[in-house]
Amino acid sequence: MKTRFARKFEPARRKFLKQSAAIGGGLSVGFNFPGALAQKAGAAVEINAWVVIRPDDAIIIRYARSEMGQGSMTSAPMLVAEELECDWRRVKIEYASANANVKRKRAWGDMAAVGSRTIRNSQEYLRRAGATAREMLIAAAAQQWGVPASECSASNSFITHGAGGRRLSFGKVADAAAKLEPPKDVKLKDPKNWKLIGKSVKRIDIPDTVMGKQRFGIDVQLPGMLYAAIAQCPVFGGKLKSIDTAKVEGRRGIVKVLPMESFVAVVADNWWRAKEALRDVHIEWDVGANGNVSSASLMEFYRGGLDAQTDIATARKDGDFDQAFASAAKKIEAEYYTPYLAHSCLEPMGCTAIVKDGNVDVWTSTQNAEASLANAAATAGVPLENVEVHRVQLGGGFGRRGGAQDFVRQGVAIAKAMEGTPVKMLWTREEDTQHDFYRPASLIRLKAGLDASGSPLAWYSRVSATSIIATLPRLPLKDGVDPQAVASLNDLPHAIPNVRIEYAQRNTHVPVGFWRTVGHSQNPFVRESFMDELASAAGKDPYEYRRTLLAKSPKDLGVLEATAKAAGWGQPLPAGVFRGIAQTEAYGSYTSAVAEVSVDKNGEVRIHRLVLGLDPGYVVNPDNVVAQMQGSSVFMLTAMFWGEITIKEGRAEQSNFHDYRMMRLREMPKVEVVLAPSGGFWGGVGEPGQASIAPAVCNAIFAATGKRIRALPLKNHGLTLA
Amino acid sequence: MIELTVNGKRHSVDVEPEMPLLWVLRDVLDVKGPKFGCGIAQCGACTVHLNGEPVRSCSVPVSAAADQKVLTIEGLAQRGQLHPVQKAWIDHEVPQCGYCQSGQIMAAVALLGKNRDPSDKDIDAAMTNICRCGTYARIRTAIHAAAKTLKSTKA
Repeated sequence: MKTRFARKFEPARRKFLKQSAAIGGGLSVGFNFPGALAQKAGAAVEINAWVVIRPDDAIIIRYARSEMGQGSMTSAPMLVAEELECDWRRVKIEYASANANVKRKRAWGDMAAVGSRTIRNSQEYLRRAGATAREMLIAAAAQQWGVPASECSASNSFITHGAGGRRLSFGKVADAAAKLEPPKDVKLKDPKNWKLIGKSVKRIDIPDTVMGKQRFGIDVQLPGMLYAAIAQCPVFGGKLKSIDTAKVEGRRGIVKVLPMESFVAVVADNWWRAKEALRDVHIEWDVGANGNVSSASLMEFYRGGLDAQTDIATARKDGDFDQAFASAAKKIEAEYYTPYLAHSCLEPMGCTAIVKDGNVDVWTSTQNAEASLANAAATAGVPLENVEVHRVQLGGGFGRRGGAQDFVRQGVAIAKAMEGTPVKMLWTREEDTQHDFYRPASLIRLKAGLDASGSPLAWYSRVSATSIIATLPRLPLKDGVDPQAVASLNDLPHAIPNVRIEYAQRNTHVPVGFWRTVGHSQNPFVRESFMDELASAAGKDPYEYRRTLLAKSPKDLGVLEATAKAAGWGQPLPAGVFRGIAQTEAYGSYTSAVAEVSVDKNGEVRIHRLVLGLDPGYVVNPDNVVAQMQGSSVFMLTAMFWGEITIKEGRAEQSNFHDYRMMRLREMPKVEVVLAPSGGFWGGVGEPGQASIAPAVCNAIFAATGKRIRALPLKNHGLTLA
Repeated sequence: MIELTVNGKRHSVDVEPEMPLLWVLRDVLDVKGPKFGCGIAQCGACTVHLNGEPVRSCSVPVSAAADQKVLTIEGLAQRGQLHPVQKAWIDHEVPQCGYCQSGQIMAAVALLGKNRDPSDKDIDAAMTNICRCGTYARIRTAIHAAAKTLKSTKA
């Protein structure tokens, strides 16, 4: 189906967009762009911002956030449909327009798909939107029949009156329903009456993907479009000094070389020509003060944070750690390190834009269309209302495409320099790897004091790391603490009477950002490995040790027990195979993992089985949740075995997949997912799955070899994934 | 002028002979199924068939495809019927973000073209494309399912 980049809410802009579809072939998609479906049938009626109904009973549910494989484009509309009581088979999903969100006072609320919050943060207003629309449809039918609405009910896209069985379809009353005053306080269903939530539903975007019709940011094609490749200063934060374009002047296809403040763009008639020419542009950079920074100097700087007496923030203080530690029967101390990590979205960063007549149109793979829109407006110097961010599928996000928006500023700056011409900017993989906002490196010191029975009386952690919050969104830190940096330490749920958690904010020139699971991608490794050290020092079974300490934390305990039970904790294993366990909370969900591992004499780690438990409160689309847990396994195993960005002469040393290794299919272990939703709360799904994996595997490696892993990645310990 | 056949259609392109096939497909012929991931034949997102063989089109100069047959994901369905691999991909909900999947599917189709009943080891050896979302377990399941379908349609 051909769909236009039509904009229901701004007819003046339609001409260009319509033309682009006609010449460029448009985007063939299974879901739809803002307003397109509603426009197609003239009489389609918007009941509210989320629900549009066509006379032929097609139900259009809008989706406001982004789709990057997490499946929310299907599961969020399920929440609307559940309350709407519509026929899911007739549901079509279209993106809400970012431009319309500006003009309609954020009718669709937050558009960001970040922090595993699409479902948990929007579930209430989405269900309410469905229920409100349902009540309006029922009221309209009741009016038509001249009966009280209380005698009518809705199901499967029909309103029925009493036992008599008079029926009207949603499409027949949509027009009248839209004219009614929306009810203020609709009642949401009791979860036990859900029909759709909790059932596995096919993801809406998959068929197009499988046919090669899915359109990602990189696939946008516009009439007269040019292509840009860029080079950024290899040392983070450096500026352009000068360029010499003599070698590319007059070269076939090259339209322009643009010297910008911190990058150089070559604009050409195809991307390959632009990229090739860029290699022959001689560029002089002003690298600034950071040209000598190395991984070793950074480590020294972070170590300073561990030893410092000043500039330290306290994230949590229970009881008196110092006194309890001093009097402990047994003292344990350790240091843990987790490295910088790149996101490596398989689709490199990019942005297509046209700046024309004071308007800006942007096509980009973004996790936050509102942030993209604001960045485009600021870069072009136009009001927010003059910008549209057209929605496309993301070739991976993992946090890279949310907060930073550097690629949007670049793309719009290029388009502004080429005013009137659409330009598609695309990064190389090398730019993508070397100009990331990396998962922060973190150095952590831990101390614990046990009593004579081995029970922990005192726990201390100090985290020395760069603050994402202070350096990326540049927000002030409450009490000097970046919650991501101390995540899962400051909220330690274990029964330990004396706890002190400290944060040493140590910011460097290496850009850091949100990376799938962020602080919970590293601190649970530290916490749950150290917890294993305590259990080992106490001579206790690591599962039973945790159970005792979590006796008063029912959700943590529940998922720990469900996972251990599914894994058969305590039951005999084949010779040479050993278990490790871990448990943590992340993004409002509770997770646990049990790994069964053997390690051969060459350091090959075979993961025989990985059992992953998750309690997200409610499960909306179970098969999709399983997929997220499977994917989390690959993401975390990749990071823990190979992931490490090192710094030399102020720049990232790794550049592409030959030296920044990704896990392959042959390395995929058997992953068993245990969904244990306990109800009563809404937790995240896209990220929590990763949290318990690294410590479970490392604890199993300890059980197998006696070697305690205190720094990642495992390749630095001579270990690899078999 | 370089002539090549893409999904059964003949094209003449006026480009440098060293221009990678991937960029001729994407930017000259508007065939967007093959994706750019690394440019150094590591990730396989650009996988297409050249005379039936899977190749990483980011690292194949278009001159090497002159007068040859190129098949991309767009040409896989025949007479409106999805290829059994595509069907299995839908049945098992393989893709997540989907960016690598046209390459994965082309690699899987090539494998099954040579080996109607691949073992897990055969799949390990043939499927070296990177999936950042981590759909590997489902790719394996879907290949076995497609092999079964192919076997039953043959019989």
